[in-house]
Amino acid sequence: MSTTRSFRPPGASSTPRAARRTSRLRRALRSWQLYVLLLPAIIHVILFKYWPMYGAQIAFRNYNPADGFAGSPWAGLEHFARFIGSFQFERVVMNTLTLNSLGLLIAFPVPIILALIVNQLQSERFKKFTQTVLYSPSFISVVVIVGMIHLLFSPRAGLVNNVIELFGGDPIFFMGMPEWFRPLYIGSDIWQNAGFSMIIYLAALTAISPALHEAARVDGANKLQRIWHIDIPGIMPVVTILFILAIGNLFNLGFEKVLLMQTDLNLQTSEVIQTYVYSVGLQQAQFSYSAAIGLFNSLINLVLLLTFNWIARKAGQSSLW
Amino acid sequence: MTQTVAPPTLPPTRKLPSSPAPQPRPRRSLVSRYADPLFNVIAVGLLLVAIVAIIYPMYFILIASVSEPSEILNGNVWVVPRGFTLEGYVQILSDAGILRGFANSVLYTVVGTGVSVAVILAAAYALSRKDLYGRTPLMLLFVITMFIDGGLIARYLVVRDLGMLDTMWAVVLPGAVGVWNLIIARAFFENNVPGELRDAAQMDGASDFRFFFSIVLPLSKPLIFLMIMIHLVANWNAFFDALIFLDSEDKYPLQLVLRNVLVQSEVSAAGGTGALDSYAAAQRLGELIKYGMIVISTIPLLIVLPFMQKHFTKGAMLGAVKN
Repeated sequence: MSTTRSFRPPGASSTPRAARRTSRLRRALRSWQLYVLLLPAIIHVILFKYWPMYGAQIAFRNYNPADGFAGSPWAGLEHFARFIGSFQFERVVMNTLTLNSLGLLIAFPVPIILALIVNQLQSERFKKFTQTVLYSPSFISVVVIVGMIHLLFSPRAGLVNNVIELFGGDPIFFMGMPEWFRPLYIGSDIWQNAGFSMIIYLAALTAISPALHEAARVDGANKLQRIWHIDIPGIMPVVTILFILAIGNLFNLGFEKVLLMQTDLNLQTSEVIQTYVYSVGLQQAQFSYSAAIGLFNSLINLVLLLTFNWIARKAGQSSLW
Repeated sequence: MTQTVAPPTLPPTRKLPSSPAPQPRPRRSLVSRYADPLFNVIAVGLLLVAIVAIIYPMYFILIASVSEPSEILNGNVWVVPRGFTLEGYVQILSDAGILRGFANSVLYTVVGTGVSVAVILAAAYALSRKDLYGRTPLMLLFVITMFIDGGLIARYLVVRDLGMLDTMWAVVLPGAVGVWNLIIARAFFENNVPGELRDAAQMDGASDFRFFFSIVLPLSKPLIFLMIMIHLVANWNAFFDALIFLDSEDKYPLQLVLRNVLVQSEVSAAGGTGALDSYAAAQRLGELIKYGMIVISTIPLLIVLPFMQKHFTKGAMLGAVKN
C-alpha cells in the first residue's frame, strides 16, 4: 500500500486520494478473474432476488402486465386496507400465528432434549445408531410426508385408526377435521425434523470442555446435575440464535406442507397467510392484492426478528448482530 | 454406574476380603446413588421409544405396499405382509406418467445440482479471498436476500417476464443459489486454503482461474461432495416451484406426480386403469399404488443416505459453528 502510494506515474492524478483510488482500481482490475467467478451468482441474485424485491412495489399499484412493475397506476395502501378490512383477515392471521407459535413452543425444545440425552450415552455405537435413525426422516420430501399422513391417518385402513379400533375406539377422519390439523402438522414436523436439529445441538455439546464434566464428576454431581449446570448453559448461545432465527421465520415456516395438508374440510384452521396469498394471487390472479398480503407477512416477520434480536441482546445473550 | 458396580468384582488381592471397600464419599444419599442408573434407564427408554416411533411408520408403509389392501383394512397387517402382492409395483412401473415424472426428476436434479454447485463454489471462492476489492459490500448483497425477499407473487411475475414459465429453467434456476450454502462454502475455503499456497502459485505465474481450478478445487473434495449431496436431496424433493411454474403434465417432476396421486388422490391419473371393472377394484389398486410410490420415491434417498451421513453431519456442524 505504502509503496503504491508514493509511486506516482506521470500523468496520474496529482492528489494522493485520487492516486489511492486508481491504485485500488488497478488492483481490482488485476484480479478481474475473481469477479468473473463471482458474476454468475451476482446475476442470479439480481434476477431472482432483487428484481422480485423491486417488483414487490406492485403491492402499492394496480398491476397490469402491459405496464409492468413500475408502469402500473398507483393504488396507495388500498390493497392493504382491503385485506385488513376483509372477513378473511382475522382468521388467516390468527391461524398463522397460532399454528406457528404453537409449533415453535412444542417442537423447539424436542431436539434440545434429545441432544442432551444422546450426548450422555456411553456406547458410541448406540449413539451413532440413534443419530442415524432420528435424522433419517429429514431426507424424505414434504410431499411424501404428507402422503404418509394421508395414508396412516386415513379413516379407512389407516394404521392409526387400526390401532384405535384395536382398542375398541371409533375411527377418526383426521384429515377432515379442523381440530386435528394442528396436532398433525406439529407432530409430523417433530417426527421429521427433530433429529436433524438435534445434530446441531450435539455439535454444540461436543464443543463443551470435558474438563468441566470431569471436575463436576469429582465433586459428586450426577448426570442430571451436570446437564443442568454444564450442558444447558454451554449450548445456550446456539439455542438463542436458533430461536431468534426460528422467530424470524415464524410466518414462513412449512408453508409448502400447510398447502399440501389443506383439504376443503380443514380450511378453517389450515388457511394461513401464505396459502391465502397462493390461492388469491396465483389461482385467482389478483396479483397486486396478494402481493400486498405477502408484503404484510414479510413485514411482520422482519419486525418479530428485530424485536427478539433486540430482546436477546438486552438480556445479554448472543444475538445475530 | 461403573463406580457402584465395581467394588464387589475387585480382585480380592487388593484389599482384605472382610473389610468393605472404602467409598470416597461414604454418606451419599439414596437419591444421588441411584440418580445416574435411573437416568440411564429413562434416557435409553425414551430413545428406544423415539426410534420405534420413527422406524415403525416407515416399516409399515413398506409392508403395506406388498400386502393385500383388504388385510390392512381388517387390521391384520402389523409385523409381516399379509396376502403378498406386487400388483402395486407392477402398476407403478408400467405407468407412463410416473415413469416420465421419474425421468424428469432425474434430469432436473442433475442439471439443478450442477448449476448450483458450480455457481456457489465459484462465488464462494471469490468471496473467501481477503484481497477481493469490495468484498464486504458484495457479501452484503447476498446476505440481505436472507432477510428480505420480494414474495411469491413478484417471483412468479419475474419468472414469467423472463419467459421461463413451463420450462425446465423455471424449476432449476430461481432457487439455485442458497445464501446459506454460499456462507458454508466460503467458510470452508477461508479455513482450508492457506494464503501461502496462493502466494506460491502467484509467484509461479498461476492466474486466479488456474489456481482455483487446479489447486483449490482438488483440495476441496469434502466440500464439493457435501454441496452435491445437499443439492441432490433438495432438488429431488422440491415440488413447489414445479407446481407454480409448470403447466404441461409431461414436464412434471416425480414429486408433483406424487402430490397428485398421494395428496389429491387422483388415483385414476396414476394407473392407466381404464380396464378396471369396478370402483372397489380401482380403490384397492389405488391404495397399493400409494404405498408403493412412497417406497419407490424414497429409495433413491436411502441409497445416498449412507454416503452423505458423515459429510452431512459435518456440514450441519459447520453451519452451527458459523452461526
